[in-house]
Amino acid sequence: MEQVPLSHVLILSSILFFLGIYGFFTRRNLITVLMSIELILNSVNINFVAFNKYLYPHQLEGVFFTLFIITIAAAEVSLAIAIIINLYRRFNTIDIDDTDTMKY
Amino acid sequence: MSYDLSSEIILFLPLLSFLLLSLFGKRIKPEISGIIGTMVLAFVAFLSLYVAFGYFFDFGKVDGVYVKHIVTQFSWLRFNENLSIDMGIVLDPISVMMLIVISFVSFMVHLYSNNYMKGEERFTMYYAYLSLFSFSMLGLVVAVNIFQMYMFWELVGISSFLLIGFYFTKPSAIAAAKKAFIVTRFADLGFLIGILMLSYGAKTLDFFVLIERLTATGSPYIASFTASSFLGLSTLSWALLLVFAGGAGKSAMFPLHIWLPDAMEGPTPVSALIHAATMVVAGVFLVARLFPIFAISAPDALHIIAYIGAFTALFAAVIATTQTDIKRVLAYSTISQIAYMIFALGVAGWGEGNNEGYTASMFHLFTHAFFKALLFLGAGAVIHAVHSNEMKDMGGLRKALPITHITFLLACLAIAGVPPFAGFFSKEAILSAAYNANLPIFYVGVFTSGLTAFYMFRLYFRIFWSKPAVKHEGHGHESHTWAMNIALLVLAVGAVFAGFIPFGSFVSAEGKAIELPFHLMFSITPVLVGLIGILIAYVLYGKKNDLPARISNSVSFVYQSAYHKFYIDEIYLFVTKKILFNLIGRPSAWFDKNVVNGMINGSASGTVMFSGAIKKMQSGRLQTYAMFFLGGVLILAALLVIKFI
Repeated sequence: MEQVPLSHVLILSSILFFLGIYGFFTRRNLITVLMSIELILNSVNINFVAFNKYLYPHQLEGVFFTLFIITIAAAEVSLAIAIIINLYRRFNTIDIDDTDTMKY
Repeated sequence: MSYDLSSEIILFLPLLSFLLLSLFGKRIKPEISGIIGTMVLAFVAFLSLYVAFGYFFDFGKVDGVYVKHIVTQFSWLRFNENLSIDMGIVLDPISVMMLIVISFVSFMVHLYSNNYMKGEERFTMYYAYLSLFSFSMLGLVVAVNIFQMYMFWELVGISSFLLIGFYFTKPSAIAAAKKAFIVTRFADLGFLIGILMLSYGAKTLDFFVLIERLTATGSPYIASFTASSFLGLSTLSWALLLVFAGGAGKSAMFPLHIWLPDAMEGPTPVSALIHAATMVVAGVFLVARLFPIFAISAPDALHIIAYIGAFTALFAAVIATTQTDIKRVLAYSTISQIAYMIFALGVAGWGEGNNEGYTASMFHLFTHAFFKALLFLGAGAVIHAVHSNEMKDMGGLRKALPITHITFLLACLAIAGVPPFAGFFSKEAILSAAYNANLPIFYVGVFTSGLTAFYMFRLYFRIFWSKPAVKHEGHGHESHTWAMNIALLVLAVGAVFAGFIPFGSFVSAEGKAIELPFHLMFSITPVLVGLIGILIAYVLYGKKNDLPARISNSVSFVYQSAYHKFYIDEIYLFVTKKILFNLIGRPSAWFDKNVVNGMINGSASGTVMFSGAIKKMQSGRLQTYAMFFLGGVLILAALLVIKFI
């Protein structure tokens, strides 16, 4: 069976990555911003798995790295959610533009 | 107990007492602190006598010559292999002699102060300061290293400052303390430069190595030191004169004498201890310590010192005849007597037959300590009874204060050089040394001794006679000042008998015993001059009359200028306030305000402006920060791409 070429996978991950960047910069809702970060992380995961599969098929480092990233991303999400909940309690909003008190 | 241990205890016991009294002074009752201070000094005085006895009769003499005995020495600050600042204790004839003088007079003053300072608010601190002073002065005389001496020199300066300003609520006391400190500090600048020059020339700071290197014939150090000269004096002479400048400041030699009369603002016992008997002779001691270098390698510097001494002796004596504050009379008398010691050193030379001036100077230092301390303590007793320093408030006190009267009379006889009291012997030795070395100085000395007799007896008659004897209203004032009476009586014994000590066999420049010359024929002139001075004083002041006023009016110009201390203070004020302040002070104030402050303020306001301009970057918006971050990453990526293409 003919394989999907590597470049396709990389294009996919690039699209995901820039979608994430775009979301990160344009969304006003903190939850959506968080989701955008997840998109960026997942595009990296795809890269890891793809490179592992196509370039070093006899090794597993890329897959392991992906697993680690997923774990850490889960932890990071829980932290971020906790921060967002605290923000909400304090400001009654999770709009990123309203939470700008930490400045000069 | 061994002599070495004793001399260490002598030094450190007063320090301990200072620490105890100053740290725990609040918890100690004033009476107890007075007793502690007095007991400590009594013990120190006893140990000093013990050590002196041991030094002079037991271990000090080697082959008929008194040699130095280093008790302890360790290097405190090491610069390199050869140069270090050492701390230590040395015993030699002059330091042992000074130990006796300091500890004994200090003990008497401690004892006396129990009565005199009774009821003072800061009684405990007073004793703490006295202990600090005793420690510093003892450390000064046993110093092995010129820098150690310098440090203790400053310590006595600071204790003097603290004690002059003891009544710190009085503006005049504060001013006097500052004046004393600034004038002596100014002189000590010369001392420091002198030390640095000496140590540069001789590559050492140790007294004895210094003396050895700068006196040995053909020593390379002397050759390099005397190679260059300035204004006709070699570098070595300049160095020694700068060192002497420090001594002149402490010993109140003209023109640095202005602080001493003002220092009389301190409590009277302090004047007796610091400003009469011990600290002010530190300058004499310093010259005596370095005497071999002066005498062998820089006799020209010694001549200058002799002339400064002779001039100061006469100058201060003239002023003393016109002063009306009894403590100021004594202060000028002190200046005059110290000047005697200085010119006695100045006329001395090195070698057999020339060096009697050295012994005479030390002898006079020794006897002067007793009778001058006695005079001050007596004056203190008078002030204590009359509550005034002015002569016009006194007179006819001979019945009211019999003990003070007798002891004061004895001290006056001693300082006037009447045989057989202590001052006679030492003054004769000085005058005979001057007679053999330098006739003009001898005549100045004789004339000054007449003046001395005159002003001392003027003081005596105006305090105790002059008016009909009154029973002072403080009826039987002396009956409840037993400590003061004891101190006066003990010092009177010293003032009467100290002259009989065969001083020449103990203290001399080379350590060999010398015979102080004593010729009956020679003594007649000075004694006669002294007696004439006393007679004049009796005629003028024995009974109240208008003769003194008539005389002072007839020579009103001379009298007025002497009364105003020849306007030296005014000259100083003119030089400092009008010239120095205007020419240096104001421009530097302007420079400081505009240039230095301007630079600092300018850099501060520049920072403020810059931060104001860039603070907007810290907006608190998460996405803006992320944008910066992304921008940075993109730039780095671009750099990477450029590098690899």
